[in-house]
Amino acid sequence: MSIKTTPNGYTLNTGGQRVVVDPVTRIEGHMRAEVNIDENNIITNAVSSGTIWRGLEVILKGRDPRDAWAFVQRICGVCTGTHALTSVRSVEDALGINIPENANSIRNIMQLSLQVHDHLVHFYHLHALDWVNPMNALKADPKATSELQQEVAPHHPKSSPGYFRDVQNRLKRFVESGQLGPFKNGYWTNPAYLLPPEADLMAVTHYLEALDFQKEIMKTRTIFGGKDTHPNWTVGGVPCPINMDGVGGVGALNMVNLNQVHQILKDTKTFVDDVYLPDILAIGKFYKGWMYGGGLSSQNILAYGDIPDKANDYSLENLMMPRGAIINGNLNEIHEVDLRDPEQIQEFVPHSWYKYPDGVKGLHPWDGVTDPNFDVSSAKGSKHHIEELDENASYSWIKAPRWRGHAMEVGPLARYVIGYAQGHEYWSDQINRFLKDLDVPVDALFSTLGRTATRALEAQWAADQQLYFFDKLMTNIKNGDSSTHGGELWDPEEWPSEAKGVGFSEAPRGALGHWIRIKDKKIENYQCVVPTTWNGSPRDEAGNIGAFEASLMNTKVERPEEPVEILRTLHSFDPCLACSTHVMSEDGEELTTVTTSPIGS
Amino acid sequence: MIETFYDVMRRQGITRRSFLKYCSLTAAAMGLGPAFAPKIAHAMETKPRIPVLWLHGLECTCCSESFIRSAHPLAKDVILSMISLDYDTLIMAAAGHQAESIIDEIIEKYKGNYILACEGNPGLDEGKTGGMSCIVGGKPYTEQLRRVAKDAKAIISWGSCASWGCVQAARPNPTGATPIHKVPDIGDAPIIKVPGCPPIAEVMTGVVTYMLTFDRLPSLDRQGRPLMFYSQRIHDKCYRRSHFDAGQFVEKFDDEGARKGYCLYKMGCKGPTTYNACSTIRWNGGLSFPIQAGHPCIGCSEDGFWDKGGFYDRLTSIDQFGIESNADDVGLAAVAAVGVGVAAHAAASAVKRAQQKGDQE
Repeated sequence: MSIKTTPNGYTLNTGGQRVVVDPVTRIEGHMRAEVNIDENNIITNAVSSGTIWRGLEVILKGRDPRDAWAFVQRICGVCTGTHALTSVRSVEDALGINIPENANSIRNIMQLSLQVHDHLVHFYHLHALDWVNPMNALKADPKATSELQQEVAPHHPKSSPGYFRDVQNRLKRFVESGQLGPFKNGYWTNPAYLLPPEADLMAVTHYLEALDFQKEIMKTRTIFGGKDTHPNWTVGGVPCPINMDGVGGVGALNMVNLNQVHQILKDTKTFVDDVYLPDILAIGKFYKGWMYGGGLSSQNILAYGDIPDKANDYSLENLMMPRGAIINGNLNEIHEVDLRDPEQIQEFVPHSWYKYPDGVKGLHPWDGVTDPNFDVSSAKGSKHHIEELDENASYSWIKAPRWRGHAMEVGPLARYVIGYAQGHEYWSDQINRFLKDLDVPVDALFSTLGRTATRALEAQWAADQQLYFFDKLMTNIKNGDSSTHGGELWDPEEWPSEAKGVGFSEAPRGALGHWIRIKDKKIENYQCVVPTTWNGSPRDEAGNIGAFEASLMNTKVERPEEPVEILRTLHSFDPCLACSTHVMSEDGEELTTVTTSPIGS
Repeated sequence: MIETFYDVMRRQGITRRSFLKYCSLTAAAMGLGPAFAPKIAHAMETKPRIPVLWLHGLECTCCSESFIRSAHPLAKDVILSMISLDYDTLIMAAAGHQAESIIDEIIEKYKGNYILACEGNPGLDEGKTGGMSCIVGGKPYTEQLRRVAKDAKAIISWGSCASWGCVQAARPNPTGATPIHKVPDIGDAPIIKVPGCPPIAEVMTGVVTYMLTFDRLPSLDRQGRPLMFYSQRIHDKCYRRSHFDAGQFVEKFDDEGARKGYCLYKMGCKGPTTYNACSTIRWNGGLSFPIQAGHPCIGCSEDGFWDKGGFYDRLTSIDQFGIESNADDVGLAAVAAVGVGVAAHAAASAVKRAQQKGDQE
């Protein structure tokens, strides 16, 4: 047992009981969590480990930069498209390619539709079972659920007692079959579940409604990008042409499929306004006493910004999602973030399964090194059967990125706090209204619940902005501009012999950056630092713990053998572990020292 | 009470009469006599849901994301009423050892009678990654995969990762990512490959419902893909095919040809060498597919498609052409005639029509 205090202010006590959760389920990818719990069931030490590595960046070396979007899109199929968008931006930045206004509007609609879809699916299908007990829904009086539904969302048409009774009967048949499927071995008798049966039934019903509806949201991307998951993108614009009034218009973007896009956008807004937001409030009311999980959110947060209003302008003034960093909880000072500055973003590996050359500590992504080095020799267990990780040694496939040396949280809560501090009008109104409806002070935002709530608020904002960009697209077409691809510098023969660029975006889970170097028309180097690299980071050189770890600290768990509270807080970040990167030589033997990066988005 | 396939159909508004008719048609389609119709009806009325263990290896979860976009049947109905999705780390409520114990329980209780659905693949490199590039429950994913595969009734290899290796297996494959059928000691369970990055949602649910309805595996090609979805090239059924035959091509994005919906062959389209159902079933409820939205096909359902040249590089040789493989000669003639235009196309079409007629007789 040892007790020590980290530079970022957490007292870690490795005494008491060690609890291991592996796999952490209902996330994208693979992850493990270990915590120490004292005699009062309070978490006194937290260790989060990324347990997947795929090596995508090495695979990109030597490829055509115009193809990179397709490779990196496969970093993640949940936040599908955000890596592709970030990739085409990085190539456009490197080569100085401008895109047409229509392409900007279409890309924004695609990115915003991802925000809505990802947030909605995350809440209902990955996160809800941390708050909602489907077994308890069987005890509900459908009439009481109907009344609750009409109270929290009077506009939602599916609200009759008969409707809820049907859903309950279906659930009953399912449970009585003895084949519980995804609900099997859940923690359904745990006192951490606080909803009354009628609220559980409403939430379970919306779990199913949302599962049906989510597939509609992404159809806009199928119209613009040909398929979803993994629609098509292209450097220099978007692949879909517009032909409103000429020969062959039936096969291009035309009045018919644009009408369909418009309808989907309107339906999406309705669903978010009438189902998602009211559910967050209704559930939040029962859990507002559970204020754990704030972690780094009240201290160190980071956003790169996204959604350029006009095409090709990535200045703060033109980005509808803000950029900035807040450190040490000082909301009065928002630091400008420069992704090109070698002093700002750096990655460290002393606790990751990689090694740097002797004497090297932190590296900016343009100069990164990745040399995998799996080693659990000091952990309990064996190499192929880890019982307990040793957090004083290497314990994760995730590197530790730092902004000016600070561990940072990224994601919807970070964005909203930065936006709030900057006076983002739409977001501030949403936050103030939400706090008032829930009757909680502003500090309540810095919590697991705050993360979950701001994600929903962001989905609402994104649903609205989709309509803004649809109008913008139609207005621009009306004004005579049908261009969707400039064609500028498409031919590699016109490129300089060397170029480097950065693309960035706000993925659903947080700040995402891709750094590219192009040499002789090929990718010389490619590096992604993704949101879950920030949030899921292990300890660094100085001993700072990462955002996941910080958020678990001091949480009370009702039953140590049933990790409901641990899942609840980890899920509030929407972890995405699929992505990994890093470089290896062609023969797969000796590792070169090229650009790298870790884990998921 | 167990909810059976019949209950599901009834709940979806299908009458008993239609259900029995469906059973008769099914019997006929399976080459069985009318006497078998009641047996099929009985099976569908009483059969419990088959357990499915859905394992995730090295992957990006695009297959699961595609699966939930299925329009018919809805993912909800598949999960609640057709299969018993007892283990899927993406959506299951339980975590840690409560999750892992389910695998032991299902293997014991349903030995030889559950389906293993694989999303992703294992990394077999034992060098720098120590066989631990994908860890589940503190152990290599490979171990879990082998254990579940051993007693499975069948294995579905979802997507290009499980079927071929996909992006993490692209050169130089740093983790030693290996498709399921090439994993040593994977056992003898039959493997159905459903490639694509991801596969089309309705193809995924179509494969599952076929297996449940007919209680057998779909007919597979030599590479293990269902014939019904993967036996023809995208090019064969592409609605822009006539522009290919007529020599009308998009030369660059958003040019006049693009706006008129000409063929994307010169933009690097891999439709002529890609076996998939995109140009027929299309995506997201039949809404569109990549070519329809103006982008060349990147060939994502083909083995090793990441390493077959750039996505915008034109295919230099097309040695396959006609709808039927034995129409290759016709196709070669037509390729040679590209640019000559409509006359050659008309001649080729006439030959093909005659040949198809012959096939039907």
